[in-house]
Amino acid sequence: MDILYFLVPLSVVLVFFIIGGIWWAIHSGQFEDMEQEGERILKD
Amino acid sequence: MAFPNTQATTYNDKIVRQFAIMTVVWGVVGMLVGVIIAAQLAWPELNLGISYLSFGRLRPLHTNAVIFAFGGCGLFATSYYVVQRTCQVRLFSDKLASFTFWGWQLVILSAAISLPLGYTSAKEYAELEWPIDILITLIWVAYAINFFGTVGTRKVKHIYVANWFFGAFILAVALLHLVNSAALPVSMASMKSYSAYAGVQDAMVQWWYGHNAVGFFLTAGFLGMMYYFIPKQAARPVYSYRLSIVHFWALIFTYMWAGPHHLHYTALPDWTQSLGMVFSLILLAPSWGGMINGIMTLSGAWHKLRDDPILRFLIVSLSFYGMSTFEGPMMAIKTVNALSHYTDWTVGHVHSGALGWVGLVTMGSLYYLIPRLFGQKQMFSVKAIEVHFYMATIGIVLYIAALWIAGVMQGLMWRSINPDGTLTYTFVESVKASYPFYVLRLAGGMLYLSGMIIMLWNTIKTATAGRSVTVSIPNVAAHA
Repeated sequence: MDILYFLVPLSVVLVFFIIGGIWWAIHSGQFEDMEQEGERILKD
Repeated sequence: MAFPNTQATTYNDKIVRQFAIMTVVWGVVGMLVGVIIAAQLAWPELNLGISYLSFGRLRPLHTNAVIFAFGGCGLFATSYYVVQRTCQVRLFSDKLASFTFWGWQLVILSAAISLPLGYTSAKEYAELEWPIDILITLIWVAYAINFFGTVGTRKVKHIYVANWFFGAFILAVALLHLVNSAALPVSMASMKSYSAYAGVQDAMVQWWYGHNAVGFFLTAGFLGMMYYFIPKQAARPVYSYRLSIVHFWALIFTYMWAGPHHLHYTALPDWTQSLGMVFSLILLAPSWGGMINGIMTLSGAWHKLRDDPILRFLIVSLSFYGMSTFEGPMMAIKTVNALSHYTDWTVGHVHSGALGWVGLVTMGSLYYLIPRLFGQKQMFSVKAIEVHFYMATIGIVLYIAALWIAGVMQGLMWRSINPDGTLTYTFVESVKASYPFYVLRLAGGMLYLSGMIIMLWNTIKTATAGRSVTVSIPNVAAHA
């Protein structure tokens, strides 16, 4: 199962990207106004 | 940062039109090949003794055509449309968009030529040989730059949830393609290559790829479609925007681990199989989060289903999505898998997801999109949409019921042991017993294909009756 030496570190790197993505989203205010965001696409 | 596209006052819908039309065309082609191979399974003489038409060579042509040609063009069309509309900015680069369109058609053409000729890597849903893989990579880089460039230059601060799903789909497919298609060509002049991996390691990589192709290409991408077109068609916001965000992150995290469920009771280590099984079961929750969110968007507007066939396509697609994402985790349980593996139940499951979820949500979304791309209020014939809906749904039910029965029957026949310990049935007896169900499945598939042909007719009538419109980008709406 040598492939695991590749797959597991790759998955860990991926998880870091995911955590980075969530962190960015929260800190850039993506989730500030949940009620409005659903409505917004109906307006154009 | 001033990029040229931010100065534009109109959306690029030409690329959407191009991809939308080809989605319908490739849908007919891919489903036609499906009907042909279904017929060959019932009547093998339909191989006609010609190698190019043999089942083994046409089968990957069918899977590649429906997933990458039909599904792929559908995702390109809708993601390019949705990202522009929700970011209120023109697509990052018209040239890159055009490159992705013509490049993708070239990939499809190359597949249509190379697969019947017998060039194959033998990796499921990744059969295309190395020169085509390189072309796919170039197109995908262009697509990623274009999509994320558009999001990056957006005029609306908030990134609508559909774009998260599209973005995850694009990034995941890039990763999956690069890892799984890694191969060494025999020579620069040869189509033949050898996988970078071997044996059970290759199997693990292949099914890490295979299941994530389902999870990111066929699920996340189409959930992006769903999250835009259901609210738009129903004229109601997503039921719970909060839920859409929570289930998005849960879904993309969990899907990565489900791959081993394709390898139960093989040489793959037991602990890896168990890991895949457990995560597949967990996956039921975020999947149903998406289904519930989409269906409940109709809360307070259920009456619209009475008169609106487009909404019916979209909502029924979610029912099949819920069904498949329940069936899948059940089949991922080792005990259940011991019966279902290698049987037609697996094929039935695939098609309930493919015809039921992917097919219907694409059709519903395109029926919304196509009239608007040609300056029309609705498709040329709304009645034809209704007829298509019933044909498609009945076709799906026939298809999956036939293969449920065949699959369970096969599994039971193969494991049946006489009191003296010998097998009750020979393998060929199970093949013979499957015959009527193969015919029934063919009937279901032919109904589904016929519905698609009606859609092609309706699309052509709509496009020729209307004219290509150019839509201006609204000036305000972006408050932050």
